Amino acid sequence: MNAFTRKVKNCIIYAIFKLTSSSFTFEMEEKNMKRTMLSVLILSLAALTLFAGGGSDADSTIVKIGVFEPASGDNGAGGKQETLGIQFANYVTPTVQVGDTEYTVELVIADNESSNDRAATAAATLINAGSSVVLGSYGSGVSIAGSDTFRVGGVPVIGITCTNPQVTEGNSHYFRICFLDPFQGTVLANYAYQTLGARKVYCLAKLGDDYSGGLVNYFVERFTSLGGEVVSETFPEGNSDFTSYIANAKNSGCEVFFSPVSTEAAQLIINQASSQNLGMSILAGDTWDSNVILQAAKGKNVDITITTFYPEGANPEFDSAFKEWVNADATRLSNNGGDDTISAVTAMGYDAYYFALQAIKNAASTDPGDIMEALWSTEIDGVTGHIALEQVNGDAIRNTVFVKHANTTTGGWDALPAVVVD
Amino acid sequence: MEFFHQNLSYFLSGISVGGQYALIAIGYTMVYGILRLINFAHGDVFMCAGLMMVYLSSTLPFTITIPLVLLLTVLLGFVIERVAYMPLRSAPRMSVMISAIGVSYLLQNAALYFTGGLAKVYPEIPFLSNSIVIWDATTRVVTIVTPFLTVVLVILLTLLIKHTKIGMAMRAVSRDFETSQLMGIKINRVISTTFMIGSLLASVASLLYFTNYASVTPTSGAMPGLKAFVAAVFGGIGSIPGAVIGAFIIGICENIIKGGASIFGIPGSGWTTFSDAFTFAFLIVILVVKPTGLFGEKAVDKV
Repeated sequence: MNAFTRKVKNCIIYAIFKLTSSSFTFEMEEKNMKRTMLSVLILSLAALTLFAGGGSDADSTIVKIGVFEPASGDNGAGGKQETLGIQFANYVTPTVQVGDTEYTVELVIADNESSNDRAATAAATLINAGSSVVLGSYGSGVSIAGSDTFRVGGVPVIGITCTNPQVTEGNSHYFRICFLDPFQGTVLANYAYQTLGARKVYCLAKLGDDYSGGLVNYFVERFTSLGGEVVSETFPEGNSDFTSYIANAKNSGCEVFFSPVSTEAAQLIINQASSQNLGMSILAGDTWDSNVILQAAKGKNVDITITTFYPEGANPEFDSAFKEWVNADATRLSNNGGDDTISAVTAMGYDAYYFALQAIKNAASTDPGDIMEALWSTEIDGVTGHIALEQVNGDAIRNTVFVKHANTTTGGWDALPAVVVD
Repeated sequence: MEFFHQNLSYFLSGISVGGQYALIAIGYTMVYGILRLINFAHGDVFMCAGLMMVYLSSTLPFTITIPLVLLLTVLLGFVIERVAYMPLRSAPRMSVMISAIGVSYLLQNAALYFTGGLAKVYPEIPFLSNSIVIWDATTRVVTIVTPFLTVVLVILLTLLIKHTKIGMAMRAVSRDFETSQLMGIKINRVISTTFMIGSLLASVASLLYFTNYASVTPTSGAMPGLKAFVAAVFGGIGSIPGAVIGAFIIGICENIIKGGASIFGIPGSGWTTFSDAFTFAFLIVILVVKPTGLFGEKAVDKV
């Protein structure tokens, strides 16, 4: 939702209310009748909710895993794909052995609407539902915004693809199974400087967005230390006219266009870059590893290279099983963006689920506190590689970044050699 | 000349965005002129037109889809007025405005429900979506078509208001609501027509806007709607030429500021970051100097 317009409207309502409130008092008398009826209605509604609440009874052999992901807003597309990975893992392995008893895993899903001010509410929903451990979120901003609620609630969270360092920094309840932006930014800067041979890069981030702003910062840091030059700009929320930014990039003589923004803005950038004949490589981070980008780039005159967590084809068994599962249901297919391309976030979501199960097994308990303890020493071999956490912030120890190039004729990704950093 | 050549793409996109804002702004300003109502749902009607296009074009050819979308948007505007505003004709003005805000959220949330919260890719309309090169600046045909189409539509609208019976009725109603009712003008018909014209122009604007910025989300009507509203206020709300000129000024200013580093020769990243802030600050300055807007009528106190 566009917070800005909402505020404007609220201000107007408030102002008018102030102006006319004096005239209201006169009308109160005749409205008494209506008000009584209204209170009766509200009371009966409240009663209804109470009854509804009484129906569900806690089953002792159920362990709940919260899914803290956006299903709408800027990052809705990516959030849905990550959730699909978790759901698929849950479909493959619906139970977990805790001590001697077998528990059924129930997923509790809350939509954080890609919005920092909705994150806390979604987090509270998950805690109140009794989640033992929470997975998510896609998008670093919402993860940071929801973090405090999880800390107070004492529930451990496993970040799946939120790459901003601040998510886990200085806390003991937020963990993460992916690489971080300083690492990704460095790899991208090296790639732009060494492989693409660029000396001047145009960077575009969204104003006030923790993910794109952070990644651009780390990129700039590395790129300038290599001896390159950058032109860095930001665009405000709700902007859909990128023509001037593209013109800026062209006019300033840049050789690479780096814009690790949300997929929603990416669609527009790709479209306008093509129609304005941008004429330089577009470089982006893990967010762009989505079929939304492929669909937007298909048949267009663009050259897109991205870094990501998992290349399709790295684990054929997982790929084919997931494709079969997605194609079996129309809702799943539309949540995956209308086709069965596997995005890296789906594979990461899949691994996150098994990582959580392993932690529950290690803890031999469904208590959030015990799981939080156990997470520090949990290790698994996932489809995206071996996952183990370092002991300071609880971040994954990863040294491989996969690089992909969008093929605009077939509408698929071409894998480029992966970058391994020691 | 060299300066103009170099920065042509900023001016082109400024003029084209200005034209699109103008078409939306007319809807705001006409409704305000007649009902003294700020129709907050207007930006969302624009968004709905975009979504209709996305869904209809997936099964039907463009020759059918485009007229159908125009027709359905007009119908939507008509229905909104009949359902949400007409029953409140004698209510305090604030109630109608709250109702408008309600309709706005209803449309946004209905769109959220239908799209599942994901951005929909707007179809490529043949001809309009083609790329062309003008004096070394590559752009789309729609960018060039927009200002001309806007001017043609505004001229047609002015003719309608000046020279037809319904236009005369509109002018009478906007001058004095109650007296014109006494004179036998069918007020509901006039108001419905106003909403239908506004919606028609909004759907033309959505066609042009989304061809350029090809992604429709439930909130994509919010920002263009707000900017068009600002343009209407800027030009003097209630005045059609004012809204059109205001919209062009806002659209062009916005893009000139975004290209500030290149146009004014002062490098820095602040230009794009604060482009909206500059635009709105400009609005404040104009309103401080001329509170009724550029072409606004002076308020006359009737005794």
